[in-house]
Amino acid sequence: MTSVRTLLEKPWIWSFVGALVVWLATIAFTGGYGAGGMVTAALSLAVFTVIVGVGQMFVITLGPGNVDLSLPANIGLASAVAMKVMGGSDAMIVVGLLAALACGAAIGAINYLLIWALRIPPIIATLSASFIIQSVDISYGRGLQIKPPPGFADFTNWQVLGIPVLAMLTVVFTIGAALALQRMIYGRSVLAIGQNIRAAWLAGVHVGRIRFLTYTLCGALGGIDGALLAGYFRGANVDIGNEYLLASIAVVVIGGTSVAGGKANVPGVWGAGLFLVLLLTMLNTFGVSAGVRLVLTGLIIVGVITAAGGEKAVR
Amino acid sequence: MTAIAPGTVPKASPRGSAARARMLRGLLPALSLALVLIAIAWLNPRAISYFGFNLMLNLAIPIALATIAQMFVIAGNELDLSIGTFVGFVGCVTATWLRDAPLIGILVLIGSIGVYALLGALIHLRNLPSIVVTLGMSFVWQGLAILVLPKPGGKAPDWLLSIMSFKPPYVPFPILAALLIAAVVHFGLMRTSYGVILRGSGGNAAALRRAGWSLLKTKIVLFALTGLFGVLSGMALIGITTSADANIGNGYTLLSIAGVILGGGEFVGGRVSPIGAVLGALTLALAASPLLTFMHIPPDWQVAANGAILIIVLAARVLISRRER
Repeated sequence: MTSVRTLLEKPWIWSFVGALVVWLATIAFTGGYGAGGMVTAALSLAVFTVIVGVGQMFVITLGPGNVDLSLPANIGLASAVAMKVMGGSDAMIVVGLLAALACGAAIGAINYLLIWALRIPPIIATLSASFIIQSVDISYGRGLQIKPPPGFADFTNWQVLGIPVLAMLTVVFTIGAALALQRMIYGRSVLAIGQNIRAAWLAGVHVGRIRFLTYTLCGALGGIDGALLAGYFRGANVDIGNEYLLASIAVVVIGGTSVAGGKANVPGVWGAGLFLVLLLTMLNTFGVSAGVRLVLTGLIIVGVITAAGGEKAVR
Repeated sequence: MTAIAPGTVPKASPRGSAARARMLRGLLPALSLALVLIAIAWLNPRAISYFGFNLMLNLAIPIALATIAQMFVIAGNELDLSIGTFVGFVGCVTATWLRDAPLIGILVLIGSIGVYALLGALIHLRNLPSIVVTLGMSFVWQGLAILVLPKPGGKAPDWLLSIMSFKPPYVPFPILAALLIAAVVHFGLMRTSYGVILRGSGGNAAALRRAGWSLLKTKIVLFALTGLFGVLSGMALIGITTSADANIGNGYTLLSIAGVILGGGEFVGGRVSPIGAVLGALTLALAASPLLTFMHIPPDWQVAANGAILIIVLAARVLISRRER
């Protein structure tokens, strides 16, 4: 019993419970039909949310006001860059992925440069950057409908025993992210800055360097996510990242990471990612119209956040 | 003045330059607008006329109203990421129910302001991050807009059309409306005693609470005002476009935040300026399309122009603030 109790005290458990409840509700509706296929589909779609969610989580953990609003524009541009560099040829897959990674990392670095040089809140810096990236993307990707190389499209859709390979790789990546957060100097520094930036600075943490690294990391994850999305959906487009603004922030908050910063939670990002995807699947299965689906998604997100509650004000 | 010891005289000079810097900072929104206007006048002198302004500032009224709406939440240290889809929802209601069944339409719009007030209460009571709550609400408003008006269409009520196509003598209507909006909100927020309390809730919440003011009430009032100006923005938008579409307001979320910041507002500390916000909205409205059209820059770069203006103005502000110290 004690192990159950300690499990229930983990902040991330509720997102998994939520995902499970939604899944059970859906298979109860279909009478058990398609239960396995639903998990497979949920895993493959949740991957994209989890990758950007982890990046957003590191940024949000830096403290109040830190958030990356340029992720959707970043994903859109990186997807176009990746597809253009790959040019439909299998030989260029790795080069294309690296190009998307570099494109995203550069956007992240520019974001931090704006924050640092103009001393403006990250929200406004990433917002202004996203305006410009969006235009670059529209202008660069005009009329561009380049298909991914067949090898890359197959790779992003590859499954072993009903489990998408991309999901397995992402699990390995998130374990790495959790280790970096809890066991490495970098992660501990991020947490320290989020808890008290001045105390962290006095304790000798290289605040500027760590924040720069974090924004660059988040940008790079957005870039790689864009390339993978273009592979999975077989083509890049400007709007491919639009839904990831809400999704990336929502999975972080629902997953038990503190919006006030200084407290991060990697497993919760997975739970929340699965929860969001399964929620959409459930509403689709119930056959509700697009309008009702949007209303319910919004209300459930607001409801979950209200139930999880904010931090008690520390004073 | 003669009683001041000679030792204090050297201090007067830096203090004078700090005051100058502060004034310059206050004038920055007006300067950016003037700069954009000069650029337009230089590129196309014929645009600076009664009809030219009527055309160029066509969409400035709804943008200015949405910016004022955003300014109220920012005054309370919050952010509304749902204002764009809310404007779209109001637009759909305006083009359908407000014309066909005015009573229901009015009730729905008042009810939506009530929802905003409730959100303010929820955010305060549960200490929730407003970014996430309003992001969630942006889905709700979008969904409701699609339910009200599944396909683009509808028609604005006739009285609204005649208000928005009003042609006063000499001064173009958008400029007149902008002056009116700025004056009314400036008086309410900057000159009344409760306006001071509202701004104080963003400036120093703890001090206000200790002085006996209800922070719950200030947050509710700020969010209700955001809802009110969001409704006005949606109605004004439909009065101009004459028909609605569920996605019509989506760009307004980012435009409104950019407008507040351009107008000298800050994210923390309740430092906002209604006049600046209206000027910021006008600058964005002018810079986004007329200026680029005259410069023969393809429409692809319209969004980038907004981002670039934002960055340039913020950079100028940093330079001025450095002297302020």
